[in-house]
Amino acid sequence: MHKYMPHTHDDVRAMLDRIGVEKLEDLFSEIPKTLVHKELDIPNSMSEIELREHFASLAKQNTPLIPFMGAGAYDHYTPSVIRHLIERQEFLTAYTPYQPEIAQGTLQYIFEYQSMICQLTGMDVSNASMYDGATATAEAMFMATGVRRSKKILISATVNPNIQEVVKTYALYRDIEVITVNEEDGQTSLDEVKALMDKDVAGLIVQNPNLYGITEDFTGFKDALDEHKGLFIMNHDPSLLAHLKTPASWGVDIAVGDAQTLGVPLSYGGPYIGYMATTTKLMRKMPGRICGVTKDQDGKRAFVLTLQAREQHIRREKANSNICSNQSLLALFVTIYMALMGKKGVYEAQQMSHDHAHYLHDKLLELPTFEPAFDKPFFKEFTLKTTLDVDKMNDVLKEHGYLGPLPQKRFDEAKADLVTFAVTEKRSKAQMDAFVDIVRGLS
Amino acid sequence: MYYDKLIFEISTEGRKGYSLPKTEIERREVPDHLRRPDCPGLPEVSELDVVRHYTNVSFKNFGIEKGFYPLGSCTMKYNPKINQDMANLPEFAGLHPYQPLDTVQGMLHVYYETQRMLSEISGLDTFTLNPYAGAHGEHIGLMIIKAYHRSRGDEKRTKIIVPDSAHGTNPASATVTGFESVEVKSNADGTVNLEDLKSVLDDTVAGIMLTNPNTVGIFEKDILEIAKLVHQAGGLLYYDGANLNPLLGFARPGDMGFDIMHINLHKTFSTPHGGGGPGSGPVGVTKALVPFLPKPVVKKTSDGYSLDGETDLTIGQVSHFVGNIGVAMKAYAYMLTIGKDNITDIARFSTLNANYIKESLKDDFLLPIEGICKHEFVFDGLKDKSTGVTTLDVAKRLLDFDMHPPTVYFPLVVKESIMVEPPETESKQTIDKFIEVMKAIAKEAKEDPDKVKGAPYNTVVKRLDEALAARKPIVKYKDLLSE
Repeated sequence: MHKYMPHTHDDVRAMLDRIGVEKLEDLFSEIPKTLVHKELDIPNSMSEIELREHFASLAKQNTPLIPFMGAGAYDHYTPSVIRHLIERQEFLTAYTPYQPEIAQGTLQYIFEYQSMICQLTGMDVSNASMYDGATATAEAMFMATGVRRSKKILISATVNPNIQEVVKTYALYRDIEVITVNEEDGQTSLDEVKALMDKDVAGLIVQNPNLYGITEDFTGFKDALDEHKGLFIMNHDPSLLAHLKTPASWGVDIAVGDAQTLGVPLSYGGPYIGYMATTTKLMRKMPGRICGVTKDQDGKRAFVLTLQAREQHIRREKANSNICSNQSLLALFVTIYMALMGKKGVYEAQQMSHDHAHYLHDKLLELPTFEPAFDKPFFKEFTLKTTLDVDKMNDVLKEHGYLGPLPQKRFDEAKADLVTFAVTEKRSKAQMDAFVDIVRGLS
Repeated sequence: MYYDKLIFEISTEGRKGYSLPKTEIERREVPDHLRRPDCPGLPEVSELDVVRHYTNVSFKNFGIEKGFYPLGSCTMKYNPKINQDMANLPEFAGLHPYQPLDTVQGMLHVYYETQRMLSEISGLDTFTLNPYAGAHGEHIGLMIIKAYHRSRGDEKRTKIIVPDSAHGTNPASATVTGFESVEVKSNADGTVNLEDLKSVLDDTVAGIMLTNPNTVGIFEKDILEIAKLVHQAGGLLYYDGANLNPLLGFARPGDMGFDIMHINLHKTFSTPHGGGGPGSGPVGVTKALVPFLPKPVVKKTSDGYSLDGETDLTIGQVSHFVGNIGVAMKAYAYMLTIGKDNITDIARFSTLNANYIKESLKDDFLLPIEGICKHEFVFDGLKDKSTGVTTLDVAKRLLDFDMHPPTVYFPLVVKESIMVEPPETESKQTIDKFIEVMKAIAKEAKEDPDKVKGAPYNTVVKRLDEALAARKPIVKYKDLLSE
């Protein structure tokens, strides 16, 4: 008898009798004998006490460092309220809302989530979430190439290399050609976009802020794309959209990104949550679930999954995406985050990230070992050129409990002297001063 | 009382639900040409407003802890609390994905051991935990199949075979990986028709996607023959892990001849479905296909665990980091709690539960396929078709009895399909109650069919006008305001 399986000897006997077989093994008699497996090489069961001890010993082999790195995973503040609410069994243990009468809770928060994503991005319609920002970007590529009936897409060299890589993997097996637009002084080159765009290209993917942390200026991009009916896809950090111009105002057709920056814990890279939002015009081409409002028989307002004719379970091989379930509980997570932070809080928290990042930036530039890499505006992440041995610097920082900046050589050997720092509202002045003191001691 | 407010509708100007530290650092402005001129319309609410709102919203949901959830193909087993506690440990949840390897050895141990145990349980060589969900796993598995054929210069293999009973995701996954899907017919008992299979097998076939037991809960007893035929034709076999639960400890997909598979940790390994994610869809492969796995790969070396980024044949990267590792932690805790001494009981008791319900209800509901099923089975609606009561009506009536309905209208090969999956965590008492309610509904369908057709009665909302939602999409709060 195991705590997760309630069958007593008497239960089993009575149930087997009803079925009309002698013993439990008789229920498996059609499995060919040659397939029946001997003992598995996995551990024997642990009690809860033993399991806790085991995890405690594993926990000792982890050392969470205080991050001064972002690169797609940012250490933002997580209000306690969120964990308590999302772990309510009504949210946590429910399936996808296929029976809307008893899933109004899930459907309502998806509707609130979609509403808030639209508020941040300025777009007309959001889906119920994607797996992460990188796969959301790849799905946006599928959407654009599907809409434009094209097999080519442009991606800026300033998009995070991991996101580029995921896009290219998705593209490779569907025979889509991904063409890189070179950078010019840390920004996407508009001249290159103009040179590479033609009627056979589905559109352009950019990221803001980009891999260096630079907040790019997209003036002129929409016109360059419109000339060839290309779609504009922007991967944007949603937490910065109380400050920065919205994707909609740049003329974006598909806005995507990772909403991990809305308070989701680092968790070694997952679960995070991708978002995707688009225009009314392209709504019926968007992948994923969409929740809409309707009425019940009595005329009461209710929520329901809608426009399902787009989806894989209806369209089967004609579907343009295979996504089913997504990251629903994380959609609830960021919805509660946005509700708590509200109209002013998202702004204030990210103003603090912004100001603290600029403080660290200026402090580091006081050191003889650092100089600016680009003369461009940034928000919470910035790139400097250093004369220090980057690996040695990060080793020393690690010994002090800090995760040092991202060495850009991780992605490109030619950028051996570039490092990218990230600062959130959680990095205090005292922490930053201590951090700079350690770096100052290096040579 | 029914709570129908949206968070926006309880917003009051000036309220807030957060606190931030004071800072003495000088404020800088975002340059004008990049600055948003207006303010996003997020709500203004206090912390208690938020807590009370979402608590009330939660009451409108049905979860496993409320009652029986026999949703076919979804394996809605109990989601243990201890798993959640372990996944929340700050020494794991606080790790940045780019931390140096020597600071994340505990996390990598969880990753490595989870994949090792999945390999052992499924009879495949190595798993990647990077895929985020079952559908994502399918996509990645098919990429591996394509990469394998391409690596051999075998470019003509453009077709993926799927049975007509397959989930819609299978053909959709084939399409997004640039394959053409070819349907193969099922026998009357839902198993693959070997003659039909033979007729489509040629040197343009890249592979076949199967579940076993299949979507009607029947074990493909010819699986070894199917594997032989597909392999002889040069194709690979993909196992959709949706129905792995009744095979745990009994039989392994790898031993059946499958080359590649995904497992849904949110089904078979007890991690919560979360209202539609986050799930986790690890993909396992035979030794010959290991070089194609997506990067990074977690490896065990004499110096501890490492992350390997580069192999010549890798399909590439399919997730920003290493997948939903927080979900895998829960599955790991579950596997250790079950252990090898109990794992076979999962197969036994889920299969026992399913057969017990099937035998108890087959006088009232039409059983299209007789015989022993595995963890789930399918009815074709009510036995008495004269009442006009449909499967949808039965499902809606079940809502009035605090039970989640089974999966309905899937698989498509059974017209009035009611797909019942009662996981091993459910007791005879719970199941007897379900049988009693189902029988009462069948009786009611005869005596008062309109009553069943009008259901549900006890839910917060009644049947919904789904056509209205699609005709006139209202997909955000702002749309409601302009109504």
